[in-house]
Amino acid sequence: MTRPRPLLSILFWTVSSLVTLFPIYWMFVVSAKSRVELFGKPNFIITTFFSENYIKTLTDPTFQKYMFNSIVVATTNAALVTTLALFATYALTRYKLTGKENIFFWTITNRMAPPAAFLLPLFLLYTQVFVVGDWKLFDTRTGLILLYCVFNLPFAIWTLRGVIDSIPSELDEAAFVDGAKTWQVIWYVILPLAKPGLAVTGILTWVFAWNEYLFAATLTSVHARTITTGLAEFVTVTGTNWGQMAATAMLTLIPAIAFLALVQKHIVAGLTFGAVKG
Amino acid sequence: MRSQSVGWLFLAPTILILFVFGVWPFIYVMVISFFDWNSFAADPTMRFSGVQNYRALVFDKGFLMALWNTLKFGVFAVTSQVILGYLLAQLFMKNFPLKGLFRTVHTLPLMIAPVAVGATWRLMTVPGLGPIPYYLDKWFGYEFLISRYVGQAFMTTVVMDIWHWTPLVTLTLLAALSSMPKEPFEQAQIDGANRVQTFWYVTLPMLKPAILSAVFIRLMDAMRTVDEVWMLTGGGPGSATRYIGLYIWRVVFPKTDYGYGSAMSLITLYLTIVMCWLLYAGLVARRDLKRPE
Repeated sequence: MTRPRPLLSILFWTVSSLVTLFPIYWMFVVSAKSRVELFGKPNFIITTFFSENYIKTLTDPTFQKYMFNSIVVATTNAALVTTLALFATYALTRYKLTGKENIFFWTITNRMAPPAAFLLPLFLLYTQVFVVGDWKLFDTRTGLILLYCVFNLPFAIWTLRGVIDSIPSELDEAAFVDGAKTWQVIWYVILPLAKPGLAVTGILTWVFAWNEYLFAATLTSVHARTITTGLAEFVTVTGTNWGQMAATAMLTLIPAIAFLALVQKHIVAGLTFGAVKG
Repeated sequence: MRSQSVGWLFLAPTILILFVFGVWPFIYVMVISFFDWNSFAADPTMRFSGVQNYRALVFDKGFLMALWNTLKFGVFAVTSQVILGYLLAQLFMKNFPLKGLFRTVHTLPLMIAPVAVGATWRLMTVPGLGPIPYYLDKWFGYEFLISRYVGQAFMTTVVMDIWHWTPLVTLTLLAALSSMPKEPFEQAQIDGANRVQTFWYVTLPMLKPAILSAVFIRLMDAMRTVDEVWMLTGGGPGSATRYIGLYIWRVVFPKTDYGYGSAMSLITLYLTIVMCWLLYAGLVARRDLKRPE
């Protein structure tokens, strides 16, 4: 056992944190400077905050639409996934369903496949098969919301399984004996006890949906584009306007950072994909 | 007692969604892979071609290069992440002031959208703006230009991946370390084991499931990396960082070679599974055989 050396460890973690934070800080620096200030020697200190990069981005109607789409898609998806996963996990843990272990494993496999393999069939399904009259699933927010369930539902079920397993089933039994209906058990017994787990699941699925790029870029064209596709467009369309690109990137990562601060205590359990059991 | 049908009712929406948006496309891609189908070719109809697409893959130099580069990228990145992640996790097991803050900071990269990660590293490395090329040139006279030098572009994608994903490995191993029982370590100490022996014979075997699950998750992710690398290098210089995900994307979308792209996707998926299986068999099964009574 080594003696604790608080100064040394604080020094180590400070240096390590600075290395971790530096790329983000540099992006912030770039986003806060005008094009002229960025030339020549890199300057890491922000003397005057050049807010035009942010104002230009935030007042751009295209950007506003992308932002709105991202918020709607991520929020609806997180709410839908968390609700469905709660019921699914409840069914998988509390009912004696034939082959439920296989079903559980099958849900997980949906997360394993490379998205590149699914882009083409989904693109074809969205443009040619899921079509009702003039309406197509292609380029709709609904299309993205439903699709994101494929990678978010397995994650949510995996996380919530531990949460619901840890609620003693005697509690539901007692409620059933008292004559409660199934929905009452879920609403009054399971929901209050699973709230922290549900919150972490909801927030992480929100962040995953918010961050997704490949499907959003392929399965939308004009109406349902999200903020990540908007950010990628900066590279190809206005390749040299670094300040505004940095500002857009900063705006995409702010919600993620805010949420991380909210749930950081629970995140170790939430992000380990059941590895804790092993 | 409680009727099973209610349970199935609760599961139904989940199964339905996963089936329509997960299984259906997968079956579709399997079918397409046996067809010759290019919607912008002279003959845009689907024609059955048997295993022709799969046969063509073996002679496709671009595909094999992309596969090889992806493999190199995955091995370099995941190995570094596991070593670095283990060291950080072990250090996080100690108590020190401001631990919560430092842990949050070290989790941060994980939350950032891959596209934004690519944008960040592009801002770090773009000539005339980024601090990395500037200071390498000023202090060491070293020309850093990822749009020209293959090795530098490759290393930058690896470093970016390490920056982005080491937190996941750290958190996985941290969770495993904190749930470990204390007794084996105390026993090892009583038996007079030194640090290396304790690590090799006590910590490592107990940590193996967590390490393996971290390696599998990361390896599968590395095999399908697209967003970050696309933002950072666009697959260049030339095709040096055109990893398999990017390569498939190029075949399917700009070139609209649907049948061939589907075959490529399936082979990549298959290779990923085989690789994980080999790793599992090599690391788990072999050690179990050698374990003394």
